[in-house]
Parts: sequence; C-alpha cells; structure tokens
Amino acid sequence: MTIIEAEGLKKTYSSKSGPVHALDGMNLSVPQGTVKALLGPNGAGKTTVVKILTTLIQPTAGRAQIDGIDVLRDPKAARRIIGVSGQYSAVDENLTGFENLEMVGRLYHLGASASKRRARELIDQFELTEAGNRPVKGFSGGMRRRIDLAGALVNNPKILFLDEPTTGLDPRSRLSLWGIIKDLVRDGTTLLLTTQYLEEADQLSDDIAVIDGGKAIAEGTADQLKAQIGGHRAVVSLVHASDAASAREILGRHGDGEPLVGDDGRSIEVAVSDGPRALQYILSDLGESGIELHDAGMRRPSLDDVFLTLTGRHAEDAGSTDASTQKETAA
Amino acid sequence: MSVLAPEGRQPENRQDPASNHTVEPPSELAMWLSDGWTVTKRNLTKLKRSPDMLVFAILQPIMFVLLFSQIYGGSIQVEGSDYTQYLMAGIFAQTVIFGSTFSGSAMAQDLKDGIIDRFRTLPMSSSAVLIGRTNSDLVLNALSVIIMMGTGLLVGWRVNTSVSSALAGIGLLLLFSYAFSWVMALLGMSVKSPEVINNASFMVLFPLTFISNAFVQSQTLPAPLEAFANWNPVSALVQAVRELFGNTGTVPVPDAWPMQNALLTVLIGVVLMLVIFVPLCIRKFASISSR
Repeated sequence: MTIIEAEGLKKTYSSKSGPVHALDGMNLSVPQGTVKALLGPNGAGKTTVVKILTTLIQPTAGRAQIDGIDVLRDPKAARRIIGVSGQYSAVDENLTGFENLEMVGRLYHLGASASKRRARELIDQFELTEAGNRPVKGFSGGMRRRIDLAGALVNNPKILFLDEPTTGLDPRSRLSLWGIIKDLVRDGTTLLLTTQYLEEADQLSDDIAVIDGGKAIAEGTADQLKAQIGGHRAVVSLVHASDAASAREILGRHGDGEPLVGDDGRSIEVAVSDGPRALQYILSDLGESGIELHDAGMRRPSLDDVFLTLTGRHAEDAGSTDASTQKETAA
Repeated sequence: MSVLAPEGRQPENRQDPASNHTVEPPSELAMWLSDGWTVTKRNLTKLKRSPDMLVFAILQPIMFVLLFSQIYGGSIQVEGSDYTQYLMAGIFAQTVIFGSTFSGSAMAQDLKDGIIDRFRTLPMSSSAVLIGRTNSDLVLNALSVIIMMGTGLLVGWRVNTSVSSALAGIGLLLLFSYAFSWVMALLGMSVKSPEVINNASFMVLFPLTFISNAFVQSQTLPAPLEAFANWNPVSALVQAVRELFGNTGTVPVPDAWPMQNALLTVLIGVVLMLVIFVPLCIRKFASISSR
C-alpha cells in the first residue's frame, strides 16, 4: 500500500531576479513500511518536499496525501500521524531533554502522566540519561540531534520524516544515529529521509529518488543506481602528467566505462566492478609500463558520481547552473 | 559493501505503532487552554533558566525610576505637581511598552531556532504558541510593574486615590502592553532575524515614548511635536494611568480629545490592536517556517 503519495508538486517563490522554482513537478510515492531516501545536492528541493508533506508550507500546485489524508486540506489530521526531525535540531535549549520530550507529548495531548512516561521511555531508548535532567544548552550536536529525533517519535508516528539527519555531525555521531534509525525502521515505520550522501541513502533506505532542479530525475534501489553509475572507483595519481594517456589506456582496460582524467591532468579514475582485484591488475600494468605513482586506491561512489552520470554536471555545480535551486525554503 | 535494507523487515506483520499512544483529540476549547498553558510554561521556564534576562528585567525598571527621579527630578519643573509624582506613570508606560517588544524578538528567535517548525508539525491549537508567548510576556511585565512601583514608593511616589483605582491603573498598563505584544509578535514573525526587532523597536519606540507626556508636559514641546504628543497613544496611556493613581495634581490637561478622554482612548486602542493583530498573527503563524 502506498502511504505517501505526491503528484506534480510545484513551489515557486518570487525573488528580485524573477520566479524561483524550488519544486518543479515533483512526484513521489512511498509504500508503507519502507524507507525512501531523497538524494540530491543543496538546493535541489529536498527540504521543500519534506516541508510540504509535514504541513509546514503549501505548494503552489500539486497534491499530497499521507495515509489517505489530504495534507493540504487537513493538516491537523496529518500532524497526528507524523513525526518530523529537521535539519536543525528543534529543541528548546533552556529545557532539559526530559522537559522537551514531555512538552511535545503534552502538545500531542497524551495527557500528563502518559507524556511523562513516554518521555522517560525515549530517554532510556536513546541513552539520553545525561541530557535528561540538564538544560540542552551545552550538549553536543550529536546529543541534540538525538533529542530532536526522540521528539519526532513521541507519538509513535506512522510516518517519520528526517531532513538531513546527520548533516554537520562528526563520523562517530553519524554512525550512532544510523544505528538508531536502522532500529527504528526495523519494526516497519515508514521513513522518508533526505540526504546529500549516497552512502547514507544506501545504508538506510530501500529506495532512492535522486532529486535535481525540484524534481526526481532517477529512482530505484541503491543497487540499481549503482549499476547505472558503476560500483567502486579505482583512483591513481601520477607523478608525471605526461604518462596520462598511457595510464588512461591501462585503467580503461580493467575498468567499466571511460576513465576520467582530473583537472590537474594527473589523477585518473575509473569505475570498477570487481573492486580490489581490478586495482591489483591496474597497479601491476602501470608498474610494467614504468609509470610512477604518487598515490593509488579505491573510492566509494558518491553523490557527485551519481550526478555526473545522470546530468553530466557535478553535484556542487547544480545550485549555480540551475535557477530553480536557490535557497530551498524562503519562508 | 553495505547491505541495502536491514534484514528481517516484514512490514505486513507489524503492529501499528501509532495505536500505542494516539488519544482522542480533545475538544477545541480544552485543547486551546491546555496547549496555551503548555507553551506559557515553556516560556516561563526559559525565563527562569536565563538569569541574565531576569536580572535585566528587574534591574532596568529600578534603574529607570532612580535615574529619572533623582537626576532629572532636580531640574525638570512641572507646573502643578512634584516631578516624581508626575514622572512615575510615564516610566511605567515606557517600561511595559518596551517589555512587549520581547514578544517580537522571542518569536523571531523561536522561528530562527526551528522550534516553531516543531510546534507547527504538532496537532496543537493554532493560536497556542502566540497565546503562550503573549501570556508569558504579560507575566514579565507584571513583574516589572510591581518592581517599579516598589522603587517608586521608596523615592517618595504615592498613590493618591483608592486601592481599586490603583489596581485599575496597573490593569490598564498590563492590558495595553498585552495588546501591544500581539503587534510585536506579528513583527517578530515577519522579520529575518531577532536583532532586527531590537533595532527597529529602539528606533520607533524611543521617539514614540519620548514625544509624549511621559517625561515632560506636551505644552512645553515645539508646536508640531506638541500636536503629535497630544494624539500619541502613549500619552493617553500615561494620562489615564496618572489619573487612576491620582498623580495629576493641578497640571493642566491639554484640550486635545485623547487627552480629555484618556481612559476611553486607551481602551479603544487596546480593542483595535487586539481585533486587528490577533487574527493577523494567527494567519501569519499558519504559514511561517524557519530559514
């Protein structure tokens, strides 16, 4: 059963330089009990989609339903079944972790004792005991994120929305948050998540939609996307730029598709399907040809590779080349 | 390479987690009261936990009362009254008006922090955040008034009417400041950053409170300023409070209608502010979101 369904969503803001299309005909469909990741660079429209589906803003055109509720017509009913954790931890700095969660429970109208009980449950579940009784002010970013995420779960939401849940976190906090999110979705909560990291989408989601210019430009499982862009990358960095042509030929022999030469003329990479083995062959052939290397290694495919393959542009250029991708959310 | 989906997920077999905690939505009125109280409590907790803010809120009124009465008291003459008696209503009015600007900067700050986004995704009453905001600022203003009156009594200010008149005077100050809080809340939701509110209110409210009868008689001002002062709602508030506290002495009252009917003018102003700005605030709140 499809639990999130959006059709032809458009969101246009007026700006001094003319209308800005934050969303330009976005379609989205998420089956119940699955995890969908919206993958795209800054300004692609990911946050705008989440804001529309979570009743924060109204689209210029299109329709959106969650669990059979028309989000645009009946936002209050929608709010009862969703949980939202945004890009910036929406916790009150002056309240303790416990008070934050209890307040959210009260505003879900759980009643006094149930709100307290639920807050305590979440504090235990998220190992927030330390933050439970002290004002949030002064806690680390990772801890705030966890409190914010806990706040999104107070009502045991049917559908959870996480907007860039790990942006700005250090690698350790990121891993720990991934673990929490994986546990959450294991029991079948539907999750819509936005991210700029292919690896995050890969780790957490069943299905990925790549977003660019306010619409989905590709959809599929992580495997399907990776098949499209190739798997890991073998990367070598040459000592002499003059070796580039012969090195390129060697990489092409062992990789899938065309090797790419970097702007500096010394770094060359190619998608490889059988990982380290291809790198071994590449290194041995380069050695036989007497080509000297600064560096060599494997790299996981990134959002940038997805983008380059799908649009011919780098992800970081997306914002500047496309008028529709300025600031995602002028309020 | 990583696993795609966590193993063992069987959406078909799960129990509906939403059923655990979902309760029947309460009636609109009960929800409004309870949500408004929840947000008020949150704001007051914040006040309690930021001692700097509280100290400022307490010291500033004391400072104003002492500075104006002790420094200007010697040189400003008001015909028909002792300056300290005359001055206090002006300081009370100015302080509560500035106190109301906090509603604006706090809304702007909550918006910036993303807390408003959290509130707006909850199934709560649509006016609760605004009610909570204006309520808690009313509490802060009430505290200011009590402190100022205490300080005023120490420097020789007196209420020369009855207890009920004095209470009416306090009530009028708070009523005006409450209505003005809604004006500021709308501004707070319309600006890009909380600092804008502080700067803008400084630029607008200082002239507004000084070009009035708060600290000097309007008759002493140059003609255009005198006319402005006589029709300035701040002057009406000050005049009405002076009358209720019995601090008018034999100071002549200007002929302008608002000065002759100060109490009525203030009540009309309060009703107008509430009728216009409460709906505007609620409408604005339904569409705001961070960044």
